[in-house]
Amino acid sequence: MASFLDPVKGFGVTFRTMFKPTTTEEYPEYVRPVPPRFHGRHVLNRHPDGLEKCIGCELCAWACPADAIYVEGADNTEDNRMSPGERYASVYQINYLRCIFCGLCIEACPTRSLTMTNEYELADDSRESLIFTKEDLLAPLLPGMEQPPHPMRLGNSDKDYYLGGVSQK
Amino acid sequence: MGLEEKLPSGIVLTSVEKVVNWSRKSSLWPATFGLACCAIEMMATGAGRYDLARFGMEVFRASPRQADLMIVAGRVSQKMAPVVRQIYDQMPEPKWVIAMGVCASSGGMFNNYAIVQGVDHIVPVDIYLPGCPPRPEMLIDAILKLHDKIMEEPLGANLRRRERPDYQPRELVASSVRYTKDGKKAARAGSEA
Repeated sequence: MASFLDPVKGFGVTFRTMFKPTTTEEYPEYVRPVPPRFHGRHVLNRHPDGLEKCIGCELCAWACPADAIYVEGADNTEDNRMSPGERYASVYQINYLRCIFCGLCIEACPTRSLTMTNEYELADDSRESLIFTKEDLLAPLLPGMEQPPHPMRLGNSDKDYYLGGVSQK
Repeated sequence: MGLEEKLPSGIVLTSVEKVVNWSRKSSLWPATFGLACCAIEMMATGAGRYDLARFGMEVFRASPRQADLMIVAGRVSQKMAPVVRQIYDQMPEPKWVIAMGVCASSGGMFNNYAIVQGVDHIVPVDIYLPGCPPRPEMLIDAILKLHDKIMEEPLGANLRRRERPDYQPRELVASSVRYTKDGKKAARAGSEA
């Protein structure tokens, strides 16, 4: 008798499943937020006055296990000041075809200039467009920020930016 | 390929092109092609939670003759390269390739003599998908961008469209920007918090 009912039992499982809640995530229509510390695309942050936090030290490039980061530093001058302190990154590139999103560059960054966002929809159809340059990576100017180059607004030296009156955000 | 290639350009060809492209993108059949860890995410994408069946492509074909999309998931070693090429050659036209993950796209962190530095050295790649490995949403995003590319593929006489000086390839938009319904997104995010 049991052997006669067995095939019907299978349909029973199928039937019961109809009343269970679905687990499918309907991704493109409803995007579920990722965990806050998800490793997504990088961003190059700015000081509250708009100067770049990146000082072109290349520690991120040295830390990168995939050699995905290329930095070229240059000297700040009084007329052309991109960041507080002596140097800034004149060229900053991250090759997303090499980057493995491990976050070692974030740990290496001494000024918290380089951090990661939660953005992950990076697929593209050419290799060139996946090498992100400084224009793609720099954080947008928030209200109150000023497009560099401009002189230091929040102190007399870079130490003021790191230690004193400027909030560490 | 068929009769549609003989049609003169005009309303008829454009309509046929739309229908053909729509049917092609609505049932892409991927070849089972997992080479490394990315394949785990690819399997997760095909399974119930992310459910590629929503895009008409849950059937990962074990035979390249029945497949028209190759998702190269993982690092391709020099020894594997001829096999990849052979599978690509065995797939019937029209066919598309997604390089899934950084290893397939460019060699990734394996910059050495054993790994092919990007699968585009052996097969033409339509979509590069960064990530190590990319999460299922990223793969779905890449697939949707590929759908978008397929939709604007010209047919027959319309191929000349690409030679015009004012031709602009369609820009690929992130899927969350393109498809997300804003009101419901907020509601769902709130309910899960």
